[in-house]
Amino acid sequence: MQRDYDEQNRKAKHHFRTRPIGVFRMIQLSNLTVCYQQRPAIHHISGRFERGSHTAIVGPNGAGKSTLLKAIAGLLPATGKIVANEAIGYLPQLAEIDRHFPLTVAELALSGHWLRAGNAGQLDATASARALAALERMGLADFAARSVATLSGGQMQRVRFARLIVQDTPIMLLDEPFNSVDSRTAGILIEVLAEWHAAGKTLVTVVHDLGVARAHFPQALLLAREVVAWGPSDEALQADNLERAQKLIEHWHNEAEWCAVP
Amino acid sequence: MTLYEFLISPFSDFAFMRRALAACIALSAGCAPIGVLLIMRRMSLMGDALSHAVLPGAAVGFIFGGFALPWLAGGGIAAGLLVALLAGLASRFTDLSEDANFAGFYLVALALGVLLVSQWGNSVDLIHLLFGSVLAVDDLSMLMVSGIASLTLLWLAFNYRGLVLECADPFYLQSCGKRGSRYHLGFVALTVLNLVAGFQAMGTLMAVGLMMLPAATSRLWAGTLPGMILAAWGCGLLSALSGLMLSYHLGLPSGPAIVLFAGLCYLLSLLFAPHGWHGRWRARRHRKN
Repeated sequence: MQRDYDEQNRKAKHHFRTRPIGVFRMIQLSNLTVCYQQRPAIHHISGRFERGSHTAIVGPNGAGKSTLLKAIAGLLPATGKIVANEAIGYLPQLAEIDRHFPLTVAELALSGHWLRAGNAGQLDATASARALAALERMGLADFAARSVATLSGGQMQRVRFARLIVQDTPIMLLDEPFNSVDSRTAGILIEVLAEWHAAGKTLVTVVHDLGVARAHFPQALLLAREVVAWGPSDEALQADNLERAQKLIEHWHNEAEWCAVP
Repeated sequence: MTLYEFLISPFSDFAFMRRALAACIALSAGCAPIGVLLIMRRMSLMGDALSHAVLPGAAVGFIFGGFALPWLAGGGIAAGLLVALLAGLASRFTDLSEDANFAGFYLVALALGVLLVSQWGNSVDLIHLLFGSVLAVDDLSMLMVSGIASLTLLWLAFNYRGLVLECADPFYLQSCGKRGSRYHLGFVALTVLNLVAGFQAMGTLMAVGLMMLPAATSRLWAGTLPGMILAAWGCGLLSALSGLMLSYHLGLPSGPAIVLFAGLCYLLSLLFAPHGWHGRWRARRHRKN
């Protein structure tokens, strides 16, 4: 079953910048820069997420964590190069869904099949069963027929996570999934992440809580507009690194010099 | 007057009434779902902007070809698409938002259109362009209206899921590696086409009425997108039929009569529909769970 889905994901039209880049690399970043009004949100980021890696992205507010995920997901214009090997699933930080739109919870979960089914592909009983199972996992089985307009922020986040389970892509980008959900849901999320990791997916998660990052994520990327440290999480998240990241972010010149490399 | 004389004989006795009815049915078949989607995309006023944008193209067509449909329609489509394209490009490559750019370009287009007509036409022509005449629909415009309605329904059928996603959750669609612009551009192009389809029958100003009023009404009756589209169709058909009848029996101009009847449906729905004021008032009871 799982193998079938992987195969379908692969056959589906992939991310527009997807091309093979070797067996071990999953996402390759080269000199990646994203600016807002000539100020860098992130700049000169190079490195790679290996196949099957499980990385926490950590950094102070304004470090460019969400920007990095959005750039990888193809939602922001960026300079430099991003190459992803496989299809990407992305969980944004805030529910950017139009609540006013008349969709039910089940329909939203079903939309996780979009990459495989597209406009014309059949959504059969297996597809709906998969969507329902994902909702059940997130404790929303009874909500399937409800309109998304009636959900709370945290419930909405759970529906989106259910959709991510339905998407079942080889790469998962999650932007602060533990925010705005209750502690029981956070526990389920950590469980699902661990299962995905065991199944060999490549996971990149923005995490605020250093304790969570150290306990549940083997790798960490410490970000402060640039890469401060990137490696095993207990090494990357050492006190001196964290302090350096904090200083880099607090430091801000109105008349800073222009970066030599564009 | 018997009921037969009131309801049936206007259509059984006069070919132009049958034609007008057929044109209005085809028109609302295409316009209703477009209007519903415009409302769901929070672009209710864009229909208006586009309908004004069509004017200079129609005016140029009129100067070259008189009241010949291919010229009017061709010019209108070209002008509408050009304004939509320019507004889209301007919002992509500058910091100004799309609705502001639409406002800018359509005002320029409208002024240009009025200038052209007043320079090379007369006020009767302008009135005709603005308000059309549903009772003078010829074979060619019947073909155009029904062709555009068919194209609209086919395109919507083939792009429904993507269109819904692009509207409800654009970032999701983008993160799946599909550019939403295909749906957006296709949709805007269809909006222009449907406005031009309504143009001969209803005029540039009234065409939006048959697009937006049934759509707004449908939101008050239905809670799902398919339900809204069905309700909008129903309201459009009812308005077309009743408007034509009113205009026949009372000697009113047909375009405004149709739009006013749609407006009446809208006002009554605001009060009495399930999602209107009365529905809210009734729904103040709530369940235990």
